[in-house]
Amino acid sequence: MKKIIVIGATSAIAQAFCKETLKNNHHHFFLVGRDESKLKAIAQDLQVRGAKSVETHVQDLNELSSHADIINLAAAKMLGIDWALIAHGILGEQKTAEVNFTESLEIIQSNYLSQVSLLHHLANYMEKHKNGVIGVLSSVAGDRGRRSNYIYGSAKAGITAYLSGLRVRLNQVNVQVITVKMGFVDSPMTQNFKKGPLWAKPEQIAEKLVPLYQQQISREVYLPKFWFFVMTIIKFIPTKIFLKLKNL
Amino acid sequence: MSKQSWGLFPHTTSEVITYNWLPKSLPKNNPILPYGLGRSYGDSCLNDQGTLLVTDRLNRYISFDPLTGILEAECGTSLEQILLDFVPRGWFLPVTPGTKFVTLGGAIANDVHGKNHHAVGNFGHHVLSLRLLRSDQQVYHCHHQENADLFFATIGGLGLTGLILTAKIQLTPIQSSYIHQDIIAFDNVDDFYELSKSSMNQYKYNVAWIDCFSNSNKQNRGLFYRGNFSTDGRLDTHQAKSLLQVPIYFPNQALNSFTIKGFNELYYQVNRLKKSNLAHYNPFFYPLDAIHHWNRIYGRQGFYQYQCVIPWQNKQAIHSLLKEITQAQMGSFLAVLKVFGEKKSLGMMSFPEPGITLALDFPVNQESTKLLEKLDLITIEAQGKVYIAKDARMSKNSFHHFYPRFNEFQKMMDPQFSSSFIRRVT
Repeated sequence: MKKIIVIGATSAIAQAFCKETLKNNHHHFFLVGRDESKLKAIAQDLQVRGAKSVETHVQDLNELSSHADIINLAAAKMLGIDWALIAHGILGEQKTAEVNFTESLEIIQSNYLSQVSLLHHLANYMEKHKNGVIGVLSSVAGDRGRRSNYIYGSAKAGITAYLSGLRVRLNQVNVQVITVKMGFVDSPMTQNFKKGPLWAKPEQIAEKLVPLYQQQISREVYLPKFWFFVMTIIKFIPTKIFLKLKNL
Repeated sequence: MSKQSWGLFPHTTSEVITYNWLPKSLPKNNPILPYGLGRSYGDSCLNDQGTLLVTDRLNRYISFDPLTGILEAECGTSLEQILLDFVPRGWFLPVTPGTKFVTLGGAIANDVHGKNHHAVGNFGHHVLSLRLLRSDQQVYHCHHQENADLFFATIGGLGLTGLILTAKIQLTPIQSSYIHQDIIAFDNVDDFYELSKSSMNQYKYNVAWIDCFSNSNKQNRGLFYRGNFSTDGRLDTHQAKSLLQVPIYFPNQALNSFTIKGFNELYYQVNRLKKSNLAHYNPFFYPLDAIHHWNRIYGRQGFYQYQCVIPWQNKQAIHSLLKEITQAQMGSFLAVLKVFGEKKSLGMMSFPEPGITLALDFPVNQESTKLLEKLDLITIEAQGKVYIAKDARMSKNSFHHFYPRFNEFQKMMDPQFSSSFIRRVT
């Protein structure tokens, strides 16, 4: 039985994650998101699925000043924090962001800055208690900035690098850090995209992610696995050739 | 965008709105139709040139009482999901159709039935209440004592009364996920009736498979399946992932009288040897679910499924139907015969009536279309009806014979909702 804080709990992957953890287990949940009625719907579902307790907390995660309180409240309500999943973020519009810096800022805030802020408090908490697993949803887009989404990609690259160092720091106190690098996932975030065989369902991600927490894995993981091979190739494409991939 | 129905016929185009959360209001699009998992065979789940409201991500539970087995869930919850989550807790679906890949909303909208109809009736008989969102942007709480007429219109209402948001159903307690099954071979339909009659009280789940291709002495042989849940305490669920998939469309001619005859012979001989055994609920209730996309075996042309019910007093019509089908040598290997019980269906447009139901598939082509018209005539004369959830071709005339309560139902239809089916038959 674990005490789990889920940030960005209304994300499709976060919901699938919570449901997956409850297969053969009962956990305590602290769910953070912007929409009260959505959080309530998730809470009811998890309760039917056997959650020991579900607390919900409405908060816009772009308000960085709220982050210390989020962590403290979670720890107080659940009497501790064992697992954390940071799942919030936006895809943003690359074309808009190129002309309108506000969009760029939102992408960076939602995908990098707010994560760093939350991790700051979370990491300090877990370091003190010498216990925990932190998972953060990142993306293959961070492996190499591409023409079609480099602003989003840069934020993901940033968080991946941050977690890489954090992992070493927290390893000293038996706290694990999982960086989940995903490719295309069929979710509300990508609902306007045409889907194909490379697309994963949130349930597939959750199925592979929960065991990583259970086994206290501390590393970067590509989900689904095949993205490791795809990105290895993409990363090694020489710049001369990469320059020609305007549509990638 | 094109969503399909299970028979892969007809082809339609619609705008698609996918819900991830229960909507608080309906979109302005007109006309609209809820779409669950698209397991209806024909066009009752399609809305050509209209909008489909896709609900399969509305799959959250709202409440469950472990003492009574009463479950409330969002309309897109699949029956499969309910099995995965509640069989281990000792609960089963009160009524289940031949596939578990249907949504709660779909099960209600078609008032589905199963092998235990003679014992417990239709799915609608186990719905305690539902919440319906209509184009006046109001949510109606419907049950036997409140908005009752809307309740009885929505059960079997094909999604035409509004969008079912949530429903409360009564699950059935079980002590095992295994069924004691008997398989008894029979040589003709009269023997089937005898078997049904003698098995009705003792066996909760009865159904027969009938061979529409072999017809020695003008009789149709078959296999009668009857079963009851075991009490052995094992509550394992099925494996959610299937190993078998039909990844491509077969050529249109793959299923022909030669291949079907061959399959039927094999199926008959293999299964008649089984006699009595213990079967997991998955192969007992959902043999075809094991093969994902089995509908592709019929090819891109698609297929018709024809299911009718013939009231007891005219049961000789079953013989007439089988005669026509066997003569045409066009039937499928999936011919099912079952006796319906006396429990009166709740919905104005529900299908089950006391009598005998026959269901089978045909490839979509000119000859089968003509054959099905003939079968309709026999069914009309016998005062029977054809199941809308399976239909892609019944005529306006047939429809009015089969569903005399349509005028009553029409008053409860929501003006913003429509389907390819209802436009075809009215």
